[in-house]
Amino acid sequence: MSRTAIVDWARGVYEDLDFTAARQWLADHPGRHACGYLPVYAPREVIHAAGMLPVGIHGSGDIEIIRGDAFYQSYICHLPRSVVELAQSGRLDMLSAVLFPSTCDVIRNLSGMWQILFPQMYVRYLDLPQVADPQMGAEFWRRELDVVRRELGRVAGIEVTDERLRASVALYNEVRGVIRGLYALRGAKPWQVPTEELYLLMRAGEVVGPEKFLEMARAYAAAAESDDQRVRDRTRVIITGSFCEQPPLGLIKTIERAGCYIVDDDFLAGNRFLTGDVPLDGDPLSALAEGLVRGAVKTSVLYEPDPEGKRNLMKNRVAAAKADGVIFAAASFCDPALLDRPMLREGAEKAGIPCIAFKFAENSGQFQQFREQAGTFSDSIKLWGDA
Amino acid sequence: MSDTRADARAGALKDQSMVIQKEMIAAHYERLERAPETGEPVVYTFVPGNLTELIRSFGCLPVLPEINALQSGMRGKSRDYIAEAEKHGHSEDVCTYVKCDIGMAMAGNIGPTGTKLPKPDLLLLSYTGCYTFMKWFELLREQYDCPCVFLHVPYQGEGVIEPEHREYMVRQIRELVIPALEKISGRKYDEAALCERLQLSVQAEDDLVWVLESAKHTPSPIDAYFGAVYYVGPIFSAFRGTPEGVSYYQALRREVQERLDAGLGPVAPAGPLDNQKYRLVVEGPPNWTHFREFWQMFADEGAVVVASTYSKVGGTYDFGFRHNPQDPLGTMGDYCAGCYTNHNLPNRIDMLCRYLVDYKADGFLINSVKSCNSFSAGQLMILREVEKRTGLPGGFIESDLVDPRYFSAANIKNRLESYLQMVEARRGGAREARAS
Repeated sequence: MSRTAIVDWARGVYEDLDFTAARQWLADHPGRHACGYLPVYAPREVIHAAGMLPVGIHGSGDIEIIRGDAFYQSYICHLPRSVVELAQSGRLDMLSAVLFPSTCDVIRNLSGMWQILFPQMYVRYLDLPQVADPQMGAEFWRRELDVVRRELGRVAGIEVTDERLRASVALYNEVRGVIRGLYALRGAKPWQVPTEELYLLMRAGEVVGPEKFLEMARAYAAAAESDDQRVRDRTRVIITGSFCEQPPLGLIKTIERAGCYIVDDDFLAGNRFLTGDVPLDGDPLSALAEGLVRGAVKTSVLYEPDPEGKRNLMKNRVAAAKADGVIFAAASFCDPALLDRPMLREGAEKAGIPCIAFKFAENSGQFQQFREQAGTFSDSIKLWGDA
Repeated sequence: MSDTRADARAGALKDQSMVIQKEMIAAHYERLERAPETGEPVVYTFVPGNLTELIRSFGCLPVLPEINALQSGMRGKSRDYIAEAEKHGHSEDVCTYVKCDIGMAMAGNIGPTGTKLPKPDLLLLSYTGCYTFMKWFELLREQYDCPCVFLHVPYQGEGVIEPEHREYMVRQIRELVIPALEKISGRKYDEAALCERLQLSVQAEDDLVWVLESAKHTPSPIDAYFGAVYYVGPIFSAFRGTPEGVSYYQALRREVQERLDAGLGPVAPAGPLDNQKYRLVVEGPPNWTHFREFWQMFADEGAVVVASTYSKVGGTYDFGFRHNPQDPLGTMGDYCAGCYTNHNLPNRIDMLCRYLVDYKADGFLINSVKSCNSFSAGQLMILREVEKRTGLPGGFIESDLVDPRYFSAANIKNRLESYLQMVEARRGGAREARAS
């Protein structure tokens, strides 16, 4: 399959707010179910082991919001209103269950709203372990996973055995491995892997099953490796703060066209929240729990027990990605990203890393200001920085 | 009859209990100021899920950053503190309590009463019902470079405290929180001393509930929102489990009993509210920067608040919870998990519906504050759902906690008046229906 065909397929999945791919999967798998999850991290392995299709619910971009605005005040971020819009317009009616991770209070409260609005769906709020003691955290999270295993099994009419779980863990180890590989390739040769394309592929992976995603992602990786693109003189930047409400695709394109190579980001961070492979021996739920507690990505939605952690995070990420600067791009009214930003930015600036910051909404339609900001940022690094 | 009511009619506008509380708070802040000399360790912690009895059993002094922020708001200091924090990169979108607190620290950490606040020896991050707490103490840790111990209180997503969640909290208190307090205080954990304090808590809790439930009478002798923020002050902050706290609630109860016996209402900012035309339930925190003006808008219309959810952020005692000295660590877990914002939305809706019935209210108002997603996200659905279930009218007003830029007096007054007209119209409709 050609690179263009893969990207076109991914774009089609991304733009399809009727979730046709998920509906088709259900049609192809009679008697099976789909389980949605909100950002940032949900244990897809457990959903998959219950024979269900995991479906990421990441908002609806710039569609007109009619019903969703009736649920939220103007000072609450855009994501929940577009999620409610999707749900109230019947676009999520193929879901039998929805998981709400403890990303922030807005998503937390949305879980309660869902319980009232859609009583026919199984709803579970996932309280990610925040405690600093890893053993205590892992035991707590294992128990939470066990509840999800049991309850999704009930919804699906399937006993979620350890064998099923191990098979799903193995599959998602492959998924994470492929994603890590694509991110590494982009970091090394960003001209070969435009972030617009990578992002579309990741978004498609939130709707199709992991098997289909692996097929397409591997095909894309092979095509991207072999399809030589012209190297441009661009600034290497990290985008951070966009782990929950997603930026419009136009914003990603705008940053790239303004003279930046995005060499690291936290878009859709849930698909690589566990940074390493989850062991396949022993108790699979314990392995998943340990994977989260000891190997989660550094993110605003988890407590940082290391007092130096926030100060050093951007310095470490910039070094790992060989980046020239950081763009703090948070959704408006995003508590996790915006409350973290002063700590992260101060650490970056103390390390001499150039930074800029702006806010967006998933339905932002005007990109000129972002283009000017990112362009000026890139130019200033080129002219006066070490890049 | 206390002198307060006579004083109020003469222009002095405080209940005697308010005066007592003011003295308690001032003494506490003075003690905090002296802490570097006296050597009393200082623990910063939050109101919801605070472990005051435990903290004080180690001889430590609690500091509640939300209380500092709201006090700064009431005393007209928050605007400058917020501006200071925003100047240092804090977003205009986030919680103004956080920015007020950080701005206050940047400006020399002079507390709301004018005394200097000591640096914390420990940040006890009781993560109860509010995501922002986690970021707040991560930020303060940067500021003060001191240890932070995290108590993860699971949310009641299923509407109940799950037994495993309770065990998880108890284990954290035993294995993480207590050792951290032992370390900073140099004292060993003394369970007997803790139990004694918990016994004192129960006494104060009983009296507080009696006071809050006095609003079931007509006329109500208290305002259960504006007045209740004073009533809950000691028990939500440094004085639960202390003899001063017990004495305060005994005095408060006597004061309310006197009003009840005399058939009198509470003392609003501009005078007694005896002519009570509307009985309301309120959801959400108040605005602090214009607190008295906000309260007086209600009082001017003859509206008394008979129950509120904000007065339950530090414990839902009126739903039966009491600290249990027989199970000191378990009861602290129950307490933390039971605070209002740790309940899921269906529970919050149930509570409001119950208040409307139990307190024979005419309707309910939501004061939605920009700063607090824990409260605010979902309130528009709460509004519709409570109206649907009770048939009583709901109103919606918007302001903020301590950012005066978000308090529009004219707009709020207009909405309040319109809402009360709606209540009046519904009453008229009901009267006509009964007549026909």
